[in-house]
Amino acid sequence: MLGKLSWAAIPLDQPIPLLAGCLAFGIVGGIAVYVVLKGWAPYLWREWITSVDHKHIGVMYVFLAMVMLLRGFTDAIMMRSQQALAFQAPGYLPPEHYDQIFSAHGTLMILFVAMPFMIGLINIVVPLQLGVRDVAFPTLNSVSFWLTATGALLINLSLVIGEFAHTGWLPYPPLSEFAYSPGVGVDYYLWSLQISGVGTLLTGVNFVTTILKIRAPGMTYMRMPIFCWTALGSSLLIVAAFPILTATLAMLLLDRYFGFHFFTNEAGGNPMMFMNLIWAWGHPEVYILILPAFGVFSEVVSTFSGKPLFGYRSMVAATMAICILAFMVWLHHFFTMGAGADVNAFFGVATMIIAVPTGVKVFNWLFTMYGGRITYPPPMMWAIGFIVTFVIGGMTGVLLAVPPADFVLHNSLFLVAHFHNVVIGGVLFGAFAGYTFWFPKAFGFRLREDLGIAAFWCWFVGFYLAFMPLYVLGFMGMTRRMQHYDVPAWHPWLLVAAAGVVVILAGIGLQIAQLVVSVRHREQLRDTTGDPWNGRSLEWSTSSPPPAFNFAALPRIEEDDAYWQTKQRALRQHVLADEPAYTDIELPRNSATGFVSAFFASFLGFALIWHIWWLAALSFLGAFVTFVAFAWRDRTEYRVSAEEVARIDRENRRARRAALAHLGAAE
Amino acid sequence: MSIALEDARIDVGRRSYLGLRIEHAERSLASKRVISGFGFWIFLLSDIVMFSAFFAAYAVLSGETAGGPSGKDLFDLNRVALETACLLLSSFACGVASIGARARSDFMYYGAMTATALLGAAFLFLEIREFAGMIALGAGPTRSAFLTSFFALVGCHGLHVTLGLLWLLTMMAQVFAKGYRADIMRRVLCFGLFWHTLDIIWVGIFTVVYLMELAK
Repeated sequence: MLGKLSWAAIPLDQPIPLLAGCLAFGIVGGIAVYVVLKGWAPYLWREWITSVDHKHIGVMYVFLAMVMLLRGFTDAIMMRSQQALAFQAPGYLPPEHYDQIFSAHGTLMILFVAMPFMIGLINIVVPLQLGVRDVAFPTLNSVSFWLTATGALLINLSLVIGEFAHTGWLPYPPLSEFAYSPGVGVDYYLWSLQISGVGTLLTGVNFVTTILKIRAPGMTYMRMPIFCWTALGSSLLIVAAFPILTATLAMLLLDRYFGFHFFTNEAGGNPMMFMNLIWAWGHPEVYILILPAFGVFSEVVSTFSGKPLFGYRSMVAATMAICILAFMVWLHHFFTMGAGADVNAFFGVATMIIAVPTGVKVFNWLFTMYGGRITYPPPMMWAIGFIVTFVIGGMTGVLLAVPPADFVLHNSLFLVAHFHNVVIGGVLFGAFAGYTFWFPKAFGFRLREDLGIAAFWCWFVGFYLAFMPLYVLGFMGMTRRMQHYDVPAWHPWLLVAAAGVVVILAGIGLQIAQLVVSVRHREQLRDTTGDPWNGRSLEWSTSSPPPAFNFAALPRIEEDDAYWQTKQRALRQHVLADEPAYTDIELPRNSATGFVSAFFASFLGFALIWHIWWLAALSFLGAFVTFVAFAWRDRTEYRVSAEEVARIDRENRRARRAALAHLGAAE
Repeated sequence: MSIALEDARIDVGRRSYLGLRIEHAERSLASKRVISGFGFWIFLLSDIVMFSAFFAAYAVLSGETAGGPSGKDLFDLNRVALETACLLLSSFACGVASIGARARSDFMYYGAMTATALLGAAFLFLEIREFAGMIALGAGPTRSAFLTSFFALVGCHGLHVTLGLLWLLTMMAQVFAKGYRADIMRRVLCFGLFWHTLDIIWVGIFTVVYLMELAK
């Protein structure tokens, strides 16, 4: 009846995950009860859960990413403290628990923090920058988000029911095969990634279509803000790479559930095929994450230098070159496979070539700043911190691209330091830069800058403290994923790394404080102009937060840096242009399809993990019925009347006129 | 009359907004039909990438028979030719159904969709017979890595055909309930693209799996 599920699945012998899980679900449940008691549930349902508005979906993505960041960071604290304590001692985490922690940490941070953060920013910003009202498939967008949330839910459920994978964030066979990992841990991993992977793929399809087919009149490709270009690159990579992940995980599932022989040791299976396939997804995945971050930095650096981006065309070319090269380097993740000197040399050289377009980008940012009137609000601090940190990470990457060096450093803490250097220093700093940059646009008030700067310095210093020692430890021969060790020379460096985590913790505390304090003082921090940073692209031409329809009339673009040029003209002429003729606007209606299908997908995933076949069949049927019900709708859009549009837009124009007068006086 | 009205509206709309010259975008943005079709093509390309991973696995593992039977011992080219005929004809019927829907001809649409469904079901029936026969011979997917990759690749295509049949029946019911509405017609277009793509994949399977194995 319940498959493999029994009371034994509750890990009563492991108090830490059980208590942590209960606490987490208790907090979430408590918040849910509080929301219902306060009477906010209908608002939440109407404005957020069933919303198909790209701005709301984007905010939910970022929120999910931040909550999962806390979970992933908790794992990081546990690993660093374990290694600080486990010198000639067992530490406080038993090996089987420690293995689950590093597996969950990597899985969560890449797939449920970095991915949703970037996709969230893309959702909020790209349609606004393109000057349009929504993405190509709004309801599908909501489905994407809720499937991602389902994946996150399943992974966290493994804290309380059953276990998580012991295999590392990529479940390498034969360890991940049923013979060696008979528990449900790997199954939790596989099904949550399969379900959220569908969501990610649909997001990729959605944004490729949006960017290629839906742009405001005059928004030609070479006039698109660079963030749109990088979002396009990232989406193209999603479309081309995520199906490989789906196929690879499906093969492992077939091995585990039905005794197939894709990756087994017996009957001709080939474990190294898994490494090839998973990294054919995994390496492009790195660029899926970093490209939008590059886009954020480009916008930020240009805005706060008061200059157009240096080398826009070379930036576009570099982005697209990275897209292609991303698929040509996967083997550098396992030079030690022993493919031979020729193959390793090819992939080593290909890897070094990727540093060229990336270097082009770094020089473009530097030249954008050169001669500019630079200001240093938090987004710009993150950008400058990124440039310094990312260059170091890039250089250690080129070092690892040399196959003989890689043979020495493979699977050592040097590697761990390298990829944290580029993922924290690149992706996460980019996410935080975008978060502080576009927060006023999404919510209509700014974040406190003093706390933001303090948070930046904690993260920056904490990062160097936590990860530079790992480079040293890598050279000293310490391998990754060690639960305990006996080498006295390693111990002081691991203590420094643990201290670094404490500093980062302070940074996260300051970020939470920044958010809380800013929300409480939002009236003082209100952005009435819609353009708090003196921005350059179209998202700053509408109010903050933008109305549901984004633009009362679609802008017509005639030059680069669309909004900047317009502003300069308006400043020169001291007038705002005439009111447009307002007309009715049709917008997509809310839909519960995303939420309901994710509800069924959660049960489907859970049932498949625990081999509860009847529930799996029922949930699949439920999801199918949900889609048919959605397809049966007769009214898919609602109309905002011209008067309503006019009322909202006149308010915006009033604020804009005041801001213009202010800017004009300042000049 | 209606054209004149539309032109007038565009003239009015060509004023400026916050200094950005604007015009009503309905004309310059792609139509919903183009957006749906284009988006669905992107999805189909991703589906083809997924199949390519299974093709790659088959290419790696096709020689790994682990002492068990090889393709030469198991494949029956006559049956495969019949399967191919069924699928290609069903694709033709699907094309006829699209024309029927565009011509608003109930007879043509329902007739051709029924033919598509029957031919698709016949294909599936033949494939299941093939699978069942192989499993009965002890040549199931767990026998060797070659059979693993064969069953996964061909089965994945079969699964797509099965889901396609489910979608096909849904589309017949939708047209029956809602008529040839614009949004339904977009779905008919997407379904057609999907069905034809399954043909393209099958041509790949027919060549790489069956013909190349039997030519060895």
